[in-house]
Amino acid sequence: MKFKVNGHEVFASTGGRPFDKKKPLIIFVHGSGLTHMTWVLQTRYFAFHGYNSLAVDLPGHGLSSGKSLKSIEEMADWVSDVIDAVGHKEASLVGHSQGCLVTVECTSRYPNKIKTLSLMGGAGAIPMNPELLSLAENNDPKAVDLMMDWAHGPAGHFGGHPVPGLYHINTGTMLAKSRTIQNTLGVDFRACDNYKNGFEAAKKIKCPTLSILATDDKMCPIKEGKKLASLIDGSQVDIIDNCGHMMLLEEADRVLTVLKKFITTNYPPLSS
Amino acid sequence: MSDKKKELKPNTYKFDTLSLHAGYQPHKNAGSRQVPIYQTTSYLFDDVDHAAALFNLERGGHIYSRISNPTVGVLEERVASLEGGTAALATSSGMSAIFLTVMTLCEAGDHLVVSSQLYGGTVNLFRLTLPKFGIKCTFVKPRDTEGFKKAIQKNTKGIFGELVGNPGNEIMNMPEIAKIAHDAGIPLMVDATYQTPYLCKPFEHGADIVIHSLTKWMAGHGSSMAGILVEGGKFDWMQNDKFPTMTKPYEGYHGLSFAEEFGPTAFTMKARAEGMRDFGPCLSPQNAWNVLQGIETLSVRMKKHCSNAEEMVKYLSNHKSVAWVSHPSAPNHPDAELANKLLPNGKGSMIAFGIKGGKDAGVAFINNVKLASHLANVGDTRTLVIHPASGTHSQMDEATLKFAGLSHDMIRLSVGIEDIDDIKNDFEIGFRAARKPRLVSNQ
Repeated sequence: MKFKVNGHEVFASTGGRPFDKKKPLIIFVHGSGLTHMTWVLQTRYFAFHGYNSLAVDLPGHGLSSGKSLKSIEEMADWVSDVIDAVGHKEASLVGHSQGCLVTVECTSRYPNKIKTLSLMGGAGAIPMNPELLSLAENNDPKAVDLMMDWAHGPAGHFGGHPVPGLYHINTGTMLAKSRTIQNTLGVDFRACDNYKNGFEAAKKIKCPTLSILATDDKMCPIKEGKKLASLIDGSQVDIIDNCGHMMLLEEADRVLTVLKKFITTNYPPLSS
Repeated sequence: MSDKKKELKPNTYKFDTLSLHAGYQPHKNAGSRQVPIYQTTSYLFDDVDHAAALFNLERGGHIYSRISNPTVGVLEERVASLEGGTAALATSSGMSAIFLTVMTLCEAGDHLVVSSQLYGGTVNLFRLTLPKFGIKCTFVKPRDTEGFKKAIQKNTKGIFGELVGNPGNEIMNMPEIAKIAHDAGIPLMVDATYQTPYLCKPFEHGADIVIHSLTKWMAGHGSSMAGILVEGGKFDWMQNDKFPTMTKPYEGYHGLSFAEEFGPTAFTMKARAEGMRDFGPCLSPQNAWNVLQGIETLSVRMKKHCSNAEEMVKYLSNHKSVAWVSHPSAPNHPDAELANKLLPNGKGSMIAFGIKGGKDAGVAFINNVKLASHLANVGDTRTLVIHPASGTHSQMDEATLKFAGLSHDMIRLSVGIEDIDDIKNDFEIGFRAARKPRLVSNQ
């Protein structure tokens, strides 16, 4: 569906169901340079089981208009604005990679609005490799190729997508190249590199929080995810073996199972 | 040791490695090093919730082997990886892949612009069968790039062609025709059976959907029928209102919009969810496995196919019984420059040549070669020959034959990977018979 936030049109996938204000809201926030598409194996389930499922395209990404936001803090405020824009007072947040920085910051800033927080491949800080950052800011497609290489674990490089016929790495590459690289990935990487408040923000979070981490994550190594989780009171941690940073695709079923249990327990659907 | 800073390079697997490994993880299959053949019709659901989620495309997995199968899935992912595509859907034959592509793209009242130089079965599909479904086609000669532009109508939904036409070896200017298609907001569909992704990756030259008859070089051993459609993932289905079945809510899946939900894999998802469900041209797991065996050696075989073909072009070009030779590797081929651009790893192993003495000589040649097999296939490891005017394209009338670039003296040669001297020696037997057709045919 499309709606406006701060004067710009926003696209969010609703998982194939009409938006219904009576249902609790889950917002999915994608990683650097990517789009709502990365959540396809999680969002549809929630959409058909009592939730409003909104996988947003950040401004300037995917099907959303406007320019990419330049800081994690701006993105965090924007997520809060999305909740207002769709007529809700609260939401459950799910973030992947950069989306974890955004949702952690958002939860710390708007504690009354955010009911649960789910982090996948998260960290308190994501300092960028300078060469990778430079490639992305200079619109070099090699930045996407490197990201796709590092984002997939050894098993993920072979494929074996849960959806028959889909090839992970090429699909991710196509998503990241769907808009001008320097305007999406370049801006996002710089925002990640500049963001320093993750650990402080984490300490302020009081809502139920889940971290899903992967043993072969090269983008946000597991020790960084554990460090972040250790700063959040009562945070649950689920570790997936033999999986890389793109766990939401590489191990989509496992991620959905864990996420389903966590969210339905802590933020029940309309029907229950 | 050098103190130079090491340049960052992506370490994603390359072509030869993907040919052997893509789409399969042994540790998820009891450690089986070889891809298992899942000879099953259907798959257990964990519970009712799981079943509902699978039927509703809420999660990945298999329901029924008409829609998907784990062995076939490995093949699909492997070909998608080799082509540089986002997704693929395997079918029971190349023809069913073309039909499924068209039926996923079009509905009654739509129109396609189609290259005139195609496999005879494909010509008949576009010329005779699709009009029965209300889909009309305008044929354009493959070298008439401007003609493709002129043939586009308001209701045109795509352009279709074979990169190197069957059987005359005329080459479509794929980058320019892709631009024409994209300027008109429609996709370019390319049948790249002759090339395989080893010789050409059409997505790199602007194609949006690539189709293969996997029966040919990909499987390579003349054992199994199979086809596949592969999606490039770049085409924006939402850029205009030409593709409502991709962009509008689809009643068959609770109002799903394929383009919104699946973006760069939307076409394949629709072809599977709707096309395989409703038409059902599924590939058997055994045949998928057979094709996988072929793909493991694709690059090795294609090198030999191409080197043998180039030797045969030289041999035929200098032969007294041969009137003309058509192959993109020949310097006098009208599309040689384009071939060098699009086919840098080799020009394929399909040769068309004219035999002196016309149809009678052609018949005598075909009837007397011993090593080369006379049959209706191409892309076998073995050398194959046929006389198209009396075989693959025999259902065409005289005018259609001419428009398709066929002549009665034409012999279509699919060069195998036998020892090149044995192929040449066999052809000498055929040519001797062709020069004395009556004498030899009476032996």
